[in-house]
Amino acid sequence: MIAELGSFSLMVALAVALVQGILPIVGAARGNAAWMRLARPAARALFVLVVVAAACLVISFLRDDFSVVYVATNSTRALPLRYKVAAFWGGHEGSMLLWLLILSFWMFAVSLFSRHLPQEMVARILGVMGLIAVGFLLFILLTSSPFERLIPAPEEGRDLNPLLQDPGMVAHPPMLYMGYVGFSVAFAFAIAALLGGNLDATWARWSRPWTTVAWSFLTLGICLGSAWAYYTLGWGGWWFWDPVENASFMPWLAGTALMHSLAVTEKRGGFKVWTVLLAIFAFSLSLLGTFLVRSGVLTSVHAFANDPRRGVFILLFLSIVIGGSLALYAWRAPKVGLGERFELISRETMLLTNNVLFLSAAGAVLLGTLYPLFLDALGLSKISVGPPYFDVVFVPLMTPGLFLMGIGPLARWKQANLPEIGIRLKWAFGVSLITALLLPLALGRWSGLAAFGLWLALWIFAATMVNLWSRLRPLPVSGLAARLRALPLGYLGMLTAHVGVAVFITGVTLVKTYESEKDVQMDIGDTVTMGPYTFKFNGVTNGARENYLYARGAFEVSRNGHVLTTMSPEKHQFVVSKGEPSTVAAINRGFTRDLYVALGEQDGSSPTAWVVRVYYKPFVDWIWGGCLVMAIGGVLALSDRRYRFARSTSRDVAEPTLSATAAA
Amino acid sequence: MRYLRYLIPLAAFVVLTGFLMKGLWMDPHTVPSPLIDKPAPEFRLTQVADPGKSIGRDDMLGKVWLLNVWASWCVSCREEHPVLVEFAKTGMVPIYGLDYKDTRDEALKWLERLGNPYQASLFDPDGRVGIDYGVYGVPETYVIDRTGTIRYKQIGPITPEILHDKIVPLLRKLNA
Repeated sequence: MIAELGSFSLMVALAVALVQGILPIVGAARGNAAWMRLARPAARALFVLVVVAAACLVISFLRDDFSVVYVATNSTRALPLRYKVAAFWGGHEGSMLLWLLILSFWMFAVSLFSRHLPQEMVARILGVMGLIAVGFLLFILLTSSPFERLIPAPEEGRDLNPLLQDPGMVAHPPMLYMGYVGFSVAFAFAIAALLGGNLDATWARWSRPWTTVAWSFLTLGICLGSAWAYYTLGWGGWWFWDPVENASFMPWLAGTALMHSLAVTEKRGGFKVWTVLLAIFAFSLSLLGTFLVRSGVLTSVHAFANDPRRGVFILLFLSIVIGGSLALYAWRAPKVGLGERFELISRETMLLTNNVLFLSAAGAVLLGTLYPLFLDALGLSKISVGPPYFDVVFVPLMTPGLFLMGIGPLARWKQANLPEIGIRLKWAFGVSLITALLLPLALGRWSGLAAFGLWLALWIFAATMVNLWSRLRPLPVSGLAARLRALPLGYLGMLTAHVGVAVFITGVTLVKTYESEKDVQMDIGDTVTMGPYTFKFNGVTNGARENYLYARGAFEVSRNGHVLTTMSPEKHQFVVSKGEPSTVAAINRGFTRDLYVALGEQDGSSPTAWVVRVYYKPFVDWIWGGCLVMAIGGVLALSDRRYRFARSTSRDVAEPTLSATAAA
Repeated sequence: MRYLRYLIPLAAFVVLTGFLMKGLWMDPHTVPSPLIDKPAPEFRLTQVADPGKSIGRDDMLGKVWLLNVWASWCVSCREEHPVLVEFAKTGMVPIYGLDYKDTRDEALKWLERLGNPYQASLFDPDGRVGIDYGVYGVPETYVIDRTGTIRYKQIGPITPEILHDKIVPLLRKLNA
């Protein structure tokens, strides 16, 4: 019954979504207020219906209802509770339902926080989102229902993929989808603006917080995924440029460009057309990512052969949404106009450069991701484009952008003065350069690449501090805390996010240059030394936990003769789905380094001998720390007072002064 | 005319959709290589494990051998590798690797980690020999006979099925 209730709920949701997608938009075109007013209640009803459907799926999992195909393929009785919930998004059908759930959550949020928007705008935004929901509902109901029955029900389910039985699985997909799907709001704003023909600074101000919040979620989601891969794959990598990762990274790049472009549109009324295009791109790349991941065109053509309807459906949907919005763009954008003019040397130019670089990077990633598909389509067969391509293309594209990050925030809007910026940043430049040249020596080995990466990070950090100081100094209050409090949060958020980038670059540079690893065969009592650390192998113990057997190694770690800790990497063999055993590395985390031990295979030479991988990873946690700082920057910017909705008119008057200080 | 540029994104998307559409219906079929039944291109490369030793095409004359193109950065190779390691244990044919556009360091680590099915791996950092062999991508595998003629080319990873149905029967024939 529960599963049928879920299906039914989705069918009703489809009807509601059709109403929400059609009537308010038509109403906005014809000036029919009653139809426009339908948008909010429809969006809320849709949210409730989808929540009911999602709850039905969760309950089916919790009750071990193996008569539901999806539950039978993704769960077992013995599966721990948290993974029974997370198994929701462990397969294709549930992932799609999660997509829809989050989309309807965002619609619900828009329906709540849109009181200050004109009626027509709300009608169009929720209408567009309703149409997207129609597409996903049809997709789920026609090709990918998680509520299909399997009669007679099997006694036991087939278990959630062991690789997914990890705390990472609980948090990573929802976060990522919150980001992906969150761009649908900015997209809907852009389409609504194109339909209505009014693309002004107010429009940008409304879109901005939604974009920032989606971007923050996406940043966190990608970061969690990377941290998860790091400890679970057993070889200490943190980014693999694989198609699924790229699928989440492309919307992030476009979204980052969009955030910066929105700043120009809001503050200066410039880049209007460009901003709209970026909003379309960010969401289109999210959809494309969904297509690539879900249709299986990239990883394996066969995965798809059993149900070609799915791929055709998503592609059709993709064509309608992306093709339709790009056609709308081609039709309406020429009337919008380009916005305010600006000089060659100005903050606008720097942000435009930033946008072009980010978009080129997204394009390069897209090309690298789809290249195998292009070749395949042209009859040239299956290949794999690896990190060499991405490293070669990505680093040079991003480097100028990172350099500009130091200068851009100091440049005036409209017309800036390069010599003046030069004078303000000469110390930041000199100090960062000299420190970066010397720092690698202190780390043990000079390397040009390390010096270069460190210089970029230090430069961004130093320039950001110069910027902060120039804003703090003239404030009429005393004390650092009071001065900081006097600055707008939007501005502090930007600086924080930029510092996050510096932290991230530091992590990437140092771990790339100074990491070391050893693959050794170890028997009980053997030791391996890495830098100042010695690892002594004390054997493996076996046991059983929840739904798997484990082998747990014990390594005594000492530094210069002093015992520091014991590290216990594990191998897990899941009982139900007898696949490859999964690896759980032991990581001793530190501010400046991680020690990482993973068990490999049992070595044939002796019953107690194992192949062991030991890694020393300097500053690796700075990679995720940097992402976290970036996301915190996003949240800070979001908390800026000017986004508070009950805004008094006096603040509106105060706004120009605020941007005047920003320019100063 | 000046409105045309607003159509560029749409046009690009239409092209992309075409490819995606085609991608949906594609079968991963192997394309016959123009090199089949032609002499294997000449090469002389150093070994990955030992920069001091080199191997050339003519050193291999007189035996049937497999040339497997791989790289430490290649994801599909990772998938293929256990199949090769198992197959190497049968000792049916010597397997030589062509380490394509890779670094020695990474390649050695990779072999140490995942096992080494190769008699030796040839080091082709700039992919020049790969180009001569018409390598589209990695992995690829060539069966070369006693006279130095390419008899078969596998594009993409070798699966146990391909090994069993195509490569092993061919090797039996060539070795007979």
